[in-house]
Amino acid sequence: MKHHLILQVVAKALIPFILLFALYVQFHGDYGPGGGFQAGVIFGAAFILYGIVFGKDVAMKVVPPSLVYTTASLGVLLYTGVGVAGMLLGGEFLNYSVLSKDAVAGQHLGILLIEFGVGITVASVMIALFLSYANYRVTEPGEGE
Amino acid sequence: MEGLGIVNYWIVVALMMTGLYVVMTANNFVKKIIGLNIFQSSVFILYISIAKVSGGTAPILTSEAEIYSNPLPHVLILTAIVVGVATTALGLALIVRIRSAFGTVDDHEVQDVARD
Amino acid sequence: MIAIEFLVNFTLLGFLLATALVISRTNRLFQSVMLFGIYSLLTAALFVVLDAVDVAFTEAAVGTCISTILMLSALSLTGSRREVAMHRKSPALALGVSIALGAALAVGIMDMPEFADPNAPANLHVAPYYLTESVSEIDIPNVVTSVLASYRGYDTLGEVVVIFTAGIGVIALLAGRTGKRDED
Repeated sequence: MKHHLILQVVAKALIPFILLFALYVQFHGDYGPGGGFQAGVIFGAAFILYGIVFGKDVAMKVVPPSLVYTTASLGVLLYTGVGVAGMLLGGEFLNYSVLSKDAVAGQHLGILLIEFGVGITVASVMIALFLSYANYRVTEPGEGE
Repeated sequence: MEGLGIVNYWIVVALMMTGLYVVMTANNFVKKIIGLNIFQSSVFILYISIAKVSGGTAPILTSEAEIYSNPLPHVLILTAIVVGVATTALGLALIVRIRSAFGTVDDHEVQDVARD
Repeated sequence: MIAIEFLVNFTLLGFLLATALVISRTNRLFQSVMLFGIYSLLTAALFVVLDAVDVAFTEAAVGTCISTILMLSALSLTGSRREVAMHRKSPALALGVSIALGAALAVGIMDMPEFADPNAPANLHVAPYYLTESVSEIDIPNVVTSVLASYRGYDTLGEVVVIFTAGIGVIALLAGRTGKRDED
């Protein structure tokens, strides 16, 4: 994809808007269609587009695999952390009502946090999947084993 | 519209049969995964068809709408779709490793290589 | 108004069936993958008609974008873009099993309530509770989000862990091989 100038220019122009749209979907999921799963996939898709158009080596400078592995775990940790926080504050696991003085405000906070955790994990896993496939070099049987 | 009955469910059955047929007849593993995905999405369509309520709108509460479709199947399928792509990726990764180990992604040829 | 909704529904279902049948008939893998992308987009459109906007959003992002890219990557890595023969010895047997499955499902489908029946058992169980009580309990307009994140938080936690595990699986299967080639 070295010579596709038009593709590169269009992708460069589009990617910020895709990322912005992902954030909108993430944080507007309470009021319209959307949420962590969709936002994560869209966020990951933006990086995958970047990786396809500019090559995996450039993409890995932007998001090194080690960073993606860390954030994938952080998302799950944030989700379970919110659950455990509910337990520590005297409620059940994943009971958000105790997170704040007002039960409804606690629910809002809990949903925001766990949706964010879902979004981080899904986006990181999608990028990690793409990078794994892009970096893999097929060997013939018996070779290099 | 009442007369239209259960046509959605018939199509779901047909799609499921097609998916299973592709899984069974395809020799190439990637094609088998495509068949599995067709099978899987027929289940999604079944759930979403069950959730539809006539005259209802999307389950996003507004002051204008009175009837909403059932949100529960939507939740189940939403997560199932994302899990579906994750498992598809795992299956494809296994296929790529099979290609490295056996030099082919055809199930008969893999069996022949494994037998030798 | 409602009649148009149902007309679109059946048109999309017809397209879906046609696409699936073409996928089952074609020998070309590249064609199958691209047709599967179209199939996913049609499914997403169908979900919009059936009021499942959140699901349609997910299917459009996942099915048409990520799935297709992953399948194309797998095709290029396995080098099987050429035509593949579907030379299974007995397609009749496969057809027979498919028809048996279809017959078994048809028996079950006979008992299904009418399509879009508001009084179907599935729509009377917990859905009315979610639709009426979530305003006072969670106060979020999108009921799908409140059920996903709060009422069924355990489910979603499980799903996130499954995605995470699948990601680890793929990394374990593929990523370990990159540095090794450079060493030898």
